[in-house]
Amino acid sequence: MLLIKCPYCEEERPELEFRNAGEAHLVRAAPIVEQSDDDFAAYLYFRQNPKGLQFERWRHIHGCGRFFNAVRDSVSDKFLTVYKAGEPRPNVELLLSRPAASPDPVEQPASTRAPRAKKAEV
Amino acid sequence: MSTSIHSGSNRIAGAGRLTPAKTVRFTFDGQNLTGLEGDTLASALLANGIHLVGRSFKYHRPRGILSAGSEEPNALVDIERDKSRKQPNVRATVQEIYDGLKVKSQNRWPSLTFDVGAVNDVFSPMLPAGFYYKTFMWPKFAWKTIYEPKIRAAAGLGVVPGEPDTDRYTNRFAHCDVLIVGAGAAGLAAALSAASTGAKVILCDEQPEAGGALRYESDVTIDGVSGHEWAAATVAKLRAMDNVTVLSRTTAFGYYAQNFVGLVERISDHLSNPGSDMPRERLWQVRAKKVILATGAIERHMVFANNDRPGVMLASAARMFLNQYGVAIGRKVGVYTSNDSAYAAAIDLKRAGVDVPVIVDTRDDPSSAVVNEARSLGIEVLTGHAVYSAGGKRRVSSMSIQPNRGGNERKVAIDALIMSGGWTPSVHLFSQSRGKVAWDAENERFLPGTYAQDCVSVGACNGTDGLQATLDEAFAVGGGNAKSISATGGTDWVGGMIGSAPGAGADTTVKAFVDFQNDVTAKDVRLAVREGMHSIEHVKRFTTNGMATDQGKTSNLHGLAIAAEALNRPIPAVGLTTFRAPFTPVTFGAIVNHARHDLFDPTRCTPMHAWHAAHGAAFEDVGQWKRAWYYPQAGEDMHAAVNRECVAVRNQAGIFDASTLGKIEVVGPDAAKFLELLYTNPWEKLGVGRCRYGIMLREDGFIYDDGVVGRLAEDRFHVTTTTGGAPRVMHHMEDYLQTEFPHLNVWLTSTTEQWAVIAVQGPKAREIIAPLVEGIDMSNEAMPHMSVREGKICGVPTRLFRMSFTGEAGYEINVPADYGQAVWEAVYASGRPLGLTPYGTEAMHILRAEKGYIIVGQDTDGTVTPQDAGLTWAIGKNKTDYVGIRGLLRRDLVADGRKQLVGLKTVDPKIVLEEGAQIVANPNQPVPMTMIGHVTSSYWSENCGRSIAMALVIDGTKRLGETLYVPMPNGVIEVEVTGTVFFDEKGERLNG
Repeated sequence: MLLIKCPYCEEERPELEFRNAGEAHLVRAAPIVEQSDDDFAAYLYFRQNPKGLQFERWRHIHGCGRFFNAVRDSVSDKFLTVYKAGEPRPNVELLLSRPAASPDPVEQPASTRAPRAKKAEV
Repeated sequence: MSTSIHSGSNRIAGAGRLTPAKTVRFTFDGQNLTGLEGDTLASALLANGIHLVGRSFKYHRPRGILSAGSEEPNALVDIERDKSRKQPNVRATVQEIYDGLKVKSQNRWPSLTFDVGAVNDVFSPMLPAGFYYKTFMWPKFAWKTIYEPKIRAAAGLGVVPGEPDTDRYTNRFAHCDVLIVGAGAAGLAAALSAASTGAKVILCDEQPEAGGALRYESDVTIDGVSGHEWAAATVAKLRAMDNVTVLSRTTAFGYYAQNFVGLVERISDHLSNPGSDMPRERLWQVRAKKVILATGAIERHMVFANNDRPGVMLASAARMFLNQYGVAIGRKVGVYTSNDSAYAAAIDLKRAGVDVPVIVDTRDDPSSAVVNEARSLGIEVLTGHAVYSAGGKRRVSSMSIQPNRGGNERKVAIDALIMSGGWTPSVHLFSQSRGKVAWDAENERFLPGTYAQDCVSVGACNGTDGLQATLDEAFAVGGGNAKSISATGGTDWVGGMIGSAPGAGADTTVKAFVDFQNDVTAKDVRLAVREGMHSIEHVKRFTTNGMATDQGKTSNLHGLAIAAEALNRPIPAVGLTTFRAPFTPVTFGAIVNHARHDLFDPTRCTPMHAWHAAHGAAFEDVGQWKRAWYYPQAGEDMHAAVNRECVAVRNQAGIFDASTLGKIEVVGPDAAKFLELLYTNPWEKLGVGRCRYGIMLREDGFIYDDGVVGRLAEDRFHVTTTTGGAPRVMHHMEDYLQTEFPHLNVWLTSTTEQWAVIAVQGPKAREIIAPLVEGIDMSNEAMPHMSVREGKICGVPTRLFRMSFTGEAGYEINVPADYGQAVWEAVYASGRPLGLTPYGTEAMHILRAEKGYIIVGQDTDGTVTPQDAGLTWAIGKNKTDYVGIRGLLRRDLVADGRKQLVGLKTVDPKIVLEEGAQIVANPNQPVPMTMIGHVTSSYWSENCGRSIAMALVIDGTKRLGETLYVPMPNGVIEVEVTGTVFFDEKGERLNG
């Protein structure tokens, strides 16, 4: 059972409190009705599913209830970092190069009450 | 040599650590036997001269005891306390005896000494590895019906118990700074060191007492006392410390992510009369900051012909039986080795008075001191020789010796044979932790290489040789202040050989076992290579080498070496298979633990559950909910009860428990805007006090959920969902609110369990509840269909909905859950004189189907759009965005040829279609027919006096009036395509 840090609760909690919510940084187009078939298909169905580091969404469903993002290695199951919804994609190279003991990189303040996760990167 | 007749003829007075006076009685296959307190079943059987313990998996060969530990592949037995507490495949080397222990041998019929299945051994040339895959291919059907059941009956291990397990199992979570696995010399030293720093330490060991190899090493001195005494004193010291937990009889079976380790502690398996409140096992789920693996090494056997004969065992095991249990495994013990460690066993046996005629050593010129010591005790040492074969059947009777490269054979009579192929470091848990092993070419062994977690290996499992080096290493890893523990003696873990020994090499077809438990021989491994298996993963699966419950603890390296030799490739290139949890078999009881019976899954009951039960309701499981299904009266079957309920609702009124409906309170200045985005319908203009049926889509345009939404205020909506959909709808709403529409100021609260919902439906509904209601004008004009009011009923606050899922005029009374049953009873009492009838979910389903109301998940299946379901009217035409709006524009969703929801009437009104039945246009076409749809809902409608059904049919709405066909095993059923409303087509009754 994994321990996952919720960036809102700022605490590691057991995996049972969380639910995975798929790939992160998917963008729901606006206005969505005008999106082309190909782009919509890509948004709806096509996923990276990489072997290695992946950006994914989690929800602390049996805790604070918030959605957040994480970078996890799909091979080792190790979390590289977690960050609040709406924050930009973290710099993975930077995270990988820093010593394991150092703290997470400074998080940017969220600009809204419940910032958007999927739209963070356009 | 003197013996004790009480506890077995092979017990040697003065040897071992058991107390001769403390006898224990047990039975083996009905034979009464006596052992000593502290004996394992294996040591007690050996003390009584019993080596033949079981029959092998495939060839039914007689098998004895190979080891003295958890790696045992052969001595598997059945232990039965009573019918419900029966455990097959128990390793005799692990089970401790207790007074009254009942043991049965396995995999033999009719008896252990005469076993019919042993013909497999005679026919074994016809049963090579992979035999099953090739032989039982034809005819195809026969595998399931004939071959597999027969093979499974003939092969296999113990028999599973026939009754539910009545034992109790418990569970504990623990966090610690350091978890140490293994309480041998290394583990104890690491624990002493870590504990001295004040760290919270858990030390576990699978044996009943600590010491590991120190329990049998007779030549060890640590800090001036014997190794065993040092271990006992160290454990006592550790147990006395507040920051240390010592767990004996506790196996670390699984090493998972982030230093999460599963332990199982055996609490009462060794007790004669465990108290009824005593659990059998305790599952520990430990999260450790650091894990120290001190798991030691496992001795390998030698691979030679008939090396599986009872009486042939590992040298370390013979030493353990002698030095711990005081048992001589035989009177005349031969020795076959390829390294030094068997010499120590030979010397111990010889000194205990056992005749050791010869040590056969494959090495040409071993130079160790133990060789001379053995010779000085009068033991003949034959170097450069090999045991080509063991004689005897149910007990080894001789060993045939030849020079390594062949030559004159010499036969020596023996009654036991000990062997050592060297030591395999136990890297199982390290490998489970996702660490990568590295090949130590010099010593031919895999050692921990790259670590994946905060974990460190010490001692023999780390390839550290020598007791002093082990203690120093372990103490340093523990982190304590430097302190020296001085030691002498101990086993040398290096040397030996892997693969087949001389005489079982490539050019022979003798049965030289690699994997005892799965009956895999050296020639099977070679055959696998000849058949084209070039990866160890394939060799393993083809031969089943290492795939038995012992996970190849003794066999993996031998199998790998034989395959590598046959492939002419280096061992690391052939690869080692990955070790998986569990390290040793774990009972289902420990895993399932408390999650049985009522605790298996939560049961959700509505506030009125007791009333339903008291009124004879049959219940239906809907997810975790118990819902009243129907209320049979005396003499009624389900059909009669449901018909009565359906008729009563349409003629008088019915009362129905709708509390399980999902309820979500959507509140905030942007609540209406939010609902506009989550549902297809328009909400901004819905008046306060009005309700609307809403449809929720997924982004792909398919129906996700539906329900009635009432507007209580400009900024407050009472949303209902399907019973099963409540949690996922809440999740879906939260997802969009938090991540897509965070600019909206809305709060969502699940209120499903806060409200009890009493539906009163039928022409007399208003007359029944109006007298109980205060503060609400219930007239048709003031409170029309699809409206909601807040007021009081029976003095209790209520949200009163006028809505209908039956097609009748009706109300859904929402009251705080705690008042649910009281209000229900008051309504029932008020309505009883007017014919108010309780109805269950079955009647509800029929009543809604009579009106063509869909049930999401029954009439839809995740590929149905609102248009397909005939719900186009529920889509806001002028909306520019909602979840699913783009999906609905996809080409395939607007093309012809989609399945659409229609009604079906059987031409013979008495026939009720089967739900799920397939529909065809032409019943005379050849099989397989072209299927154009399927039945989604089908019932007998007493109100219509006929059967009714709904179906999804390709281009269904264009087929109204057409005749279609439902082919069934007993003939073809003719049906007419109709609209979906079967009763009160104009919907006039809603406004009554």
